[in-house]
Amino acid sequence: MSANNLAHIAADRGIKKQVALPLSKAVEFAWKSVRIRFARSLITAGGIFLGIAFLASILLDKSVKGADIEPSEAARLNWLVALSLAVCVVGITNSMLMSVSERFREIGTMKCLGALSQFIVKIFMIEAIAMGAIASGFGWAVGTLLMILTKIVIGVPKTAPPGTTWHGSLDIGDLFGLPFGSFWVCVGLGTLLTAIATYIPARQAANIPPAAALRTDV
Amino acid sequence: MSTQAPEASEQSVRGSGSRTEYVVRAKDVTKVFKMGNEEVHALKGISLDIKRGEYISIMGPSGSGKSTFFNMIGGLDKPNSGTVFINDVDMAQLDAQELAFLRCHTIGYIFQTFNLIPVMTALENVMLPTVFAGMPAEEGQNRAIELLNMVELGHRLHNKPSQLSGGQQQRVAIARSLANRPSIVLADEPTGNLDEKTGIAIISLLRELNKKENVTIISATHDHKMVDVSDRIVWIRDGRVDKIENRADIEISVGSIGHH
Repeated sequence: MSANNLAHIAADRGIKKQVALPLSKAVEFAWKSVRIRFARSLITAGGIFLGIAFLASILLDKSVKGADIEPSEAARLNWLVALSLAVCVVGITNSMLMSVSERFREIGTMKCLGALSQFIVKIFMIEAIAMGAIASGFGWAVGTLLMILTKIVIGVPKTAPPGTTWHGSLDIGDLFGLPFGSFWVCVGLGTLLTAIATYIPARQAANIPPAAALRTDV
Repeated sequence: MSTQAPEASEQSVRGSGSRTEYVVRAKDVTKVFKMGNEEVHALKGISLDIKRGEYISIMGPSGSGKSTFFNMIGGLDKPNSGTVFINDVDMAQLDAQELAFLRCHTIGYIFQTFNLIPVMTALENVMLPTVFAGMPAEEGQNRAIELLNMVELGHRLHNKPSQLSGGQQQRVAIARSLANRPSIVLADEPTGNLDEKTGIAIISLLRELNKKENVTIISATHDHKMVDVSDRIVWIRDGRVDKIENRADIEISVGSIGHH
């Protein structure tokens, strides 16, 4: 009741709630931020790129081996992929946390100029999602190509005729009827993992107080 | 209860339409920081009223509570007790979104380290507060160009901060602080990272804008050049107001020294 009254008094004095900016503005900010820190973004994206390249190569390897793959080997490959992706997530979180502390004063300044916390979260998440999607796409292409090359060089299809050790094909499968199934799996998973890895750093960035802008020691 | 009624109505009259002559009213402000097990009393009950259009310098050694007090009256921190009114709005009653609105529309900030956004041009930096205020892009751009012309940087609109000198960056920052026509400009050591000559130029620019735009300027500073242009100098020592000097008094004392 009394809080309500006071809010009305604040409104009488011209104080309103700060408006949230449209998503397009956050996209614009995120794009500028990625562009200026391109080298750093590449390194961050490098983690997910390598992880997804590994995933793509394993997916192809498994599809080539088809039904011939031993259950214990399949389990070992799954475990390896899961572990490498977990390492990627930790790496991206680390890299993003560093990016947050580098931009400590910049974010404080934006808050002083009227940015809302949710806007800061949006900038970081959009940056991460775009980076994750692009890096995963490249990761898929490189991982798949390298595995195809490997198969050709060591000549698996030739030396192991179908029916003995090789039942599958160099088929990248499909997903819910979409062609290039492993592409969608890789890009989807890569983007999701990057977003998860960035969430905590983004929250931390959003919690930076505007007074951080006044600090001169960072 | 009945005694409070007239007071409340007086306040609401003040709030609508023309405002009181005070942009900042701080009363008995205290602030305690916890440092491990120790409690540091940064502010021990400071009261200060600042008039509309005043040019105020807050001086004091580091550790005096100067920065803490400066943050309070700049809407950057909340006191443990006491009240801070900015434009007759009690800061304690505002939620995060209202505080963001107040910082965006009512207060302009100038920093020792300039704090321009490195990825943006001078024009984009000055436009930034208008973006947060939801101003249409064209209107914001016109305002930004007008301000950059006013600080004599109309020819550097599309330069990035890294392509500008320290003094130029601070002029961009001053233009940015005025973008949304604030009531108050808070300047934290605005000359701290500038050489003597550039510092003087920045100080006189602030003074000029203070007169021309009738904006209240509150500056935390060590710089004694600021004394010459300030209407009042507030000395903070040990979490309290040590003394307040009016410029008129200082000019007389300086004048008398000069004559002898």
